[in-house]
Amino acid sequence: MQLQQMYQEIILDHYKNPHGRGLRDPFDAESFQVNPTCGDEVTLRVKLDGDQVADVSYDGQGCSISQASTSVLTDLVVGRPLAEALTKFEAFVELMHGRGTVEPDEDVLEDGIAFAGVAKYPARVKCALLGWMAFKDAVARTGGST
Amino acid sequence: MTAVTAALDVDALRADFPILGRTVRDGKRLVYLDSGATAQHPVQVIEAERAFLTEHNAAVHRGAHQLAEEATDAYESARARIAAFVGATPGELVFTKNATEGINLIAYAMGNASTAGPEAARFVLGPGDEIVTTEMEHHANLVPWQQLAQRTGATLRWLGVTDDGRLDLSNLDSVVTPRTKVLAFTHQSNVLGTVNPVEPLVARAREVGALVVLDACQSVPHSVVDLRALDVDFAVFSSHKMLGPYGLGVLYGRQELLAAMPPFLTGGSMIEMVEMARSTFAPPPQRFEAGTPMTSQAVALGAAVDYLSAIGMDRVAAHEHLLTVAALDGLAEIPGIRVIGPADGHARGGAVSFVVAGIHPHDVGQVLDDQGIAVRVGHHCAWPLHRRLGVPASVRASFYLYNDLADVDAFLAGVRETKRFFGVA
Repeated sequence: MQLQQMYQEIILDHYKNPHGRGLRDPFDAESFQVNPTCGDEVTLRVKLDGDQVADVSYDGQGCSISQASTSVLTDLVVGRPLAEALTKFEAFVELMHGRGTVEPDEDVLEDGIAFAGVAKYPARVKCALLGWMAFKDAVARTGGST
Repeated sequence: MTAVTAALDVDALRADFPILGRTVRDGKRLVYLDSGATAQHPVQVIEAERAFLTEHNAAVHRGAHQLAEEATDAYESARARIAAFVGATPGELVFTKNATEGINLIAYAMGNASTAGPEAARFVLGPGDEIVTTEMEHHANLVPWQQLAQRTGATLRWLGVTDDGRLDLSNLDSVVTPRTKVLAFTHQSNVLGTVNPVEPLVARAREVGALVVLDACQSVPHSVVDLRALDVDFAVFSSHKMLGPYGLGVLYGRQELLAAMPPFLTGGSMIEMVEMARSTFAPPPQRFEAGTPMTSQAVALGAAVDYLSAIGMDRVAAHEHLLTVAALDGLAEIPGIRVIGPADGHARGGAVSFVVAGIHPHDVGQVLDDQGIAVRVGHHCAWPLHRRLGVPASVRASFYLYNDLADVDAFLAGVRETKRFFGVA
């Protein structure tokens, strides 16, 4: 059943118990992103420490997909080199735009592979990418390499 | 006149809508509850458009050949039938690209009025003038007025919404004042289902000399609407929400207002005389229909109003009322549901919006979709209204003549299944 493929346990777990949620200081840049079709929104802050992503904190409102994907994002990028974080960003975007044809690499995306089922629902891809776009935008605002 | 209206034979009627026979999401019966966004099309409408294109197609209002004559007759006959459907005369009906364009047409014509002739003086807006709308509007009846205020220096004001989803008229006299030049409001909310009381609003507008613009997109498809009797100055509605094709909206304007109003879009078909340096314009409605019009679409909308008229809009409204009350009653029995809008069927149309405690509307919509139930999720182009009611988004089920109680039952079972799926008590 497609619905279960979409709402994987991992996604529902992240939704009910989000990681890294809440806005924290200090931060280098902040991004506010909104999905104009549904009103979901996220405010996300990035703190860099040299080439490392020191912290990502966020707040917002949205569906299980947007909230869970932002939670997974923090797991994937915090404490990692920025270049690696951006590689994961590219891999996640590719997965989400793949209409279900992209085989995700678990070594790169870890819990993020749970979103493969979401890619089959074009209307929900924007939900999954909301926090990730905020991350990319916030990194750009730090003046970091994007 | 008898108060008894014969119930609709929904089974027979559903056979006219081929799409309702298809299945979705792995063989499930389609339960289409998104007619507030766009309605489905009966074969009679599809066939009317096909027949026009295969038998009578030509450019209207030009050319002396037989096809041009037939096309013009078909187009103008459709205008006359659509006008009669809403209690208007053909000269009061302008075809636009959609209802949104109809509202923009009024707003831009008013913006153009300051450089038009003295007959357009009553449309001129400037600093000190006010435009009044409401907090329950679709963005289409809000953003064009925001922009008009910005362009002219006029001030935008609005009537509020009560907690139970009604228009707050308690301060009507202090919001709509002699400074008010336009009062724009929806006849029936696309989110709440609320049917607004046109009479006191028009009465107040008349007292202060304001023009009344009615967004009738959600009322004309679903009930008996007589625009003349409502005494509004302008109204808009949308073809695709009333069984007609896309790409066509209808603007109604009182004859003397359309006659005095400057054009919005200019070019071919809307002129009286053109010289190199200047032009004069055709009388309405042609003045507001620049370029080749949406001909086959208008013809098909004519077939749609024939279809609706044959059934009877009073019966359509009674049928939808039955479904709406059943849905409201059913939702009231499910814990954790908050209906956004009037909780009973009084002065209310067939849009039922709600939130489920602990589950985001997007997720509710997804689980319903998995059961073949098509609803709308999000803010339904009424973001300020959602903000006012303290919810980021909602789920909307909206009914039409082809829905039946089996659809309502499927919907209610679907909502229960959604709660089970997400483990919400």
